[in-house]
Formats: sequence, C-alpha cells, structure tokens
Amino acid sequence: MAMPYYVSPEQMMQDKAEYAKKGIAKGRSIIAMEYVNGILLAAENPSATLHKISEIYDNIAFAGAGKYSEFENLRKAGIRHADLKGFMYSREDVTGRSLANGYSQSLGTIFSQEMKPLEVEILVVEIGHNGHANEMYRISFDGSIIDEKQSAVIGGKSEAVQTVLKEKLPAQSPDLKTALTLCITALDQTGNVKLLPESLEVAVLDRTRDGRKFRRFTTAETKQLLA
Amino acid sequence: MKLPFLPNHDDPSFFDFLSVHHPDLTLHGRAAAPATAGSDVMRGSGVVSVPQATTVLGIKYQQGVVIAGDRRATEGFQIAERRIEKVFKIDEYSAMAIAGAAGPCVEMAKLFQTELEHYEKLEGVQLSCEGKANKLGQMVKANLPMVFQGLVVMPLYVGYDVKRSEGRIFKYDLAGGRYEESDYHAIGSGGKDARGTMREHFKKGLTEAEALKLAFLALYNAADDDVGTGGPDLVRGIYPTAKIVSAAGITDVAEQQIRGIYDTMISTRRL
Repeated sequence: MAMPYYVSPEQMMQDKAEYAKKGIAKGRSIIAMEYVNGILLAAENPSATLHKISEIYDNIAFAGAGKYSEFENLRKAGIRHADLKGFMYSREDVTGRSLANGYSQSLGTIFSQEMKPLEVEILVVEIGHNGHANEMYRISFDGSIIDEKQSAVIGGKSEAVQTVLKEKLPAQSPDLKTALTLCITALDQTGNVKLLPESLEVAVLDRTRDGRKFRRFTTAETKQLLA
Repeated sequence: MKLPFLPNHDDPSFFDFLSVHHPDLTLHGRAAAPATAGSDVMRGSGVVSVPQATTVLGIKYQQGVVIAGDRRATEGFQIAERRIEKVFKIDEYSAMAIAGAAGPCVEMAKLFQTELEHYEKLEGVQLSCEGKANKLGQMVKANLPMVFQGLVVMPLYVGYDVKRSEGRIFKYDLAGGRYEESDYHAIGSGGKDARGTMREHFKKGLTEAEALKLAFLALYNAADDDVGTGGPDLVRGIYPTAKIVSAAGITDVAEQQIRGIYDTMISTRRL
C-alpha cells in the first residue's frame, strides 16, 4: 500500500500562497483613487470587451486582478448578492462592507479548504454620499482584507505602483484629470512602457450622478479627458 | 466554482435565481405554498379584496412613446389610495405601467427593474427591447397561480428600441401572451373608455405636446365614465402622471405642465 506523503500545514499554506501570488503578479496593476467627485478606477487592459472593472450596485464598483475566469465568477456572485439584498430589503441597505466581507469569507474558505487557491486579488469600492466617507477594500487570495484610504492598488507590481502614488498624491482629493494623469504616470513608471488611451480601462463612481453612480469611459472620452 | 457565503447561480436572470433559491420572494412561489397546504382553506376564504389600480395607457408619437396613468386605487367601493403611482421607470429606455392588484403589481415592477439591471451588469450589455418584453411575458405567466386567487397583475410595457430607433408598446394577457400594438393602447377598468378617445383623435406622427394632450384627455374621459379611475383632483392638487420614453432616455413630465394641460381642458369643457 502506498503511503501518502506528509506535508506540514505550514508548508502547504506557504506553497499555496506562493502559487497564488505568482499568478496575480503576472498581470497588470489596477488603481482605485479618490478624486473630488468620487472614486476613479484605472487599469491597463488591451481588451475593449473583457473588463477588469465593473459595476456591482448603485454606489459600489468592483475590480479584479489575476485569473480572469476566477475574478469574473466573484464579480457575478457579488452582483447577485447585491441585487438580492437590494430586492429583499432596500437599495440603501446594500453596502460595500457586507460585500467585501462575503468575498473575504469565500476567498478565505477556498484558500484553506481547496487544493488550488484562487489566483485573484480584488477591490470593492463604495462612494460615500451625504457627507459619508468613501470606502475602499482590498481583498487578497487568502481572504485577508484591508481598507485603504486615498488610493488602493491590486495586481501586478502593486507595491511599486503604490509607492509611486504615495509620493505624488496631493493632500486634497485631486480633480478627475489630475487623478487619471497620476494613475497613468504610476502605471507607466512601473511598467516601463508608455500607456496609450486605447489600452486603458477607465471608470468612475461619480457622486454627482443620479441613481447608479458607475460610469465607464470610452477610449474617446478618456482621450478627451486627458487632452 | 461554488463560492461559500455568496449566492451561486448560472444564468443571468435574477427572476430565475429568485425562483430557484428564494421562491418565497417571488409572487408565484408564495401563491403555491398555501394552495398545497390545504386547498379547502383557500376555497373557504372567498374572494380576496385588495386595492386595485386602473387605467394606464401608452401612445406613440414622432420621437417615442408617452406612457401615463391615473392615481386612484380602489378597494370595492372605497377609494384605497389617491396618489398611487402606476407608471414606473424600469431602465434607461423602458417604462411599465400597471393595472390590477396594486401590491403584486408594484412588486412585479420592482422585480422587473432588478431583472433588467441584473442582466445588464452580468452580461455587460442591455437586453434588446424585444428581449425585455418577452421576459416580462414570462413573469406575467409565472403569476398565473395568483390570478386564480384574485391577484391579477396586468402590465403595459413601453420601450424605446435603440436598434430600430422607434418607440414600441406591448400588452399582455394573463397567460403571458405578448402582443405588440402599433399606435396606442390602454388597459385597466377604464381602458376601454381611454381607447375610445384615442381611437377618435390618434394620428400617425403626433408631436410630443399633442401626444401628451391626447393621453391626458383619454385619462380624463376614462375617469368620467369609470368609477375605478381617478380624474384630476383639483382640491388636493393630484394629477395623473406621465413619462416620455425616447432616444434621450426616460423623462418625467413635470407636474406643472400636466396641470396646465388640465386647466385648458377643463376650461373648454365648462358650460
């Protein structure tokens, strides 16, 4: 009878974490940044149809880095969670915090119980209104969750991008153009290539909009904004 | 991939998701429960009395569709509600008006709203106008068990078809049958009276102002002859409501404008 190999739990977790990190680092970074009217989300994405950034609910947006099929699944589950809650109770009862918690629980459970962890890092951002602050949650492959202020970065060389951003971020929330320029600069510097508007995915949660606050920018709009 | 703590489902329909995972939150799911528990109880309870909403209409004009409704809900011979809203914005390009049992009607509008938004978010594109109309038909059909308990839900759906660049009007029957109207339609207890007025005055290519005027005239005449339909309430300042569905999206018609149309109409009728 073949004996199963013994692997210590520490070793197993370490291996899983390494595996997941490698997958996430392969991609490009995504930035969420507070600007004067809400939150800007920007990513390098050559595809015009496969999105990394998406709407979840009225005030909530999602961004995923890593393996597309995996974060896409998480995105859909999040929309279902939000729509169900909004339908069952009220639209104002759908919160980014509860969504981030659900993601954190799911990712944590999968990381510890499944053979293969998810190779994803996700962002859940919610704009505050009526004087409430914005919320930005960064959730890792193992379910660890961090709430960020001013800016959050996931995927790729996220730490390097964050360092560049931290240096240049003004104390006051910048306007949209300044914020986007800053995001592009940070992505350019860490990627060592000049980013073109065509390969950018840009979206905002704009507090000044009625109802659903999420808005995706077309390439033409991005160009116009940067002009 | 099954995600712990988050709902799992495969297709992009919120309505199907509710039907499978939370049948208690759908109209037909709730209807099925007491019927199987003991049909004797159902038979003994007699006719259910719930607020009814009546007379809503849609008229096509040059740029799209006008959809309007009165504000009255009745319960038997009583007025249950004087300012109920029967016209709902569903998404950027469609609106729905309701006639029938008020509670389930409003709930269906809310569910349909969620359904379309859910699809749009999951798929990244909106359903076609035709697709939206069909989906509503399925929801009406699923409500059939409730109809036998007296809870009728009758929608009138209007949408702007972006691909065809025109407004469209859809009516339904209780079995979920879906029929497209070419010019105008009205449903509810005063629907027949409203249709009579529209038949007299409708012509192709109305302007927005003309279509609005006709819509309010039709509602006025319906209220004149049908007890279930409320006319303009001059004492309380309650007027019917209307929305405009066009390429520019959905816009509410301002109360001030509606009031103006009624003031003119009433002054020409006064003897």
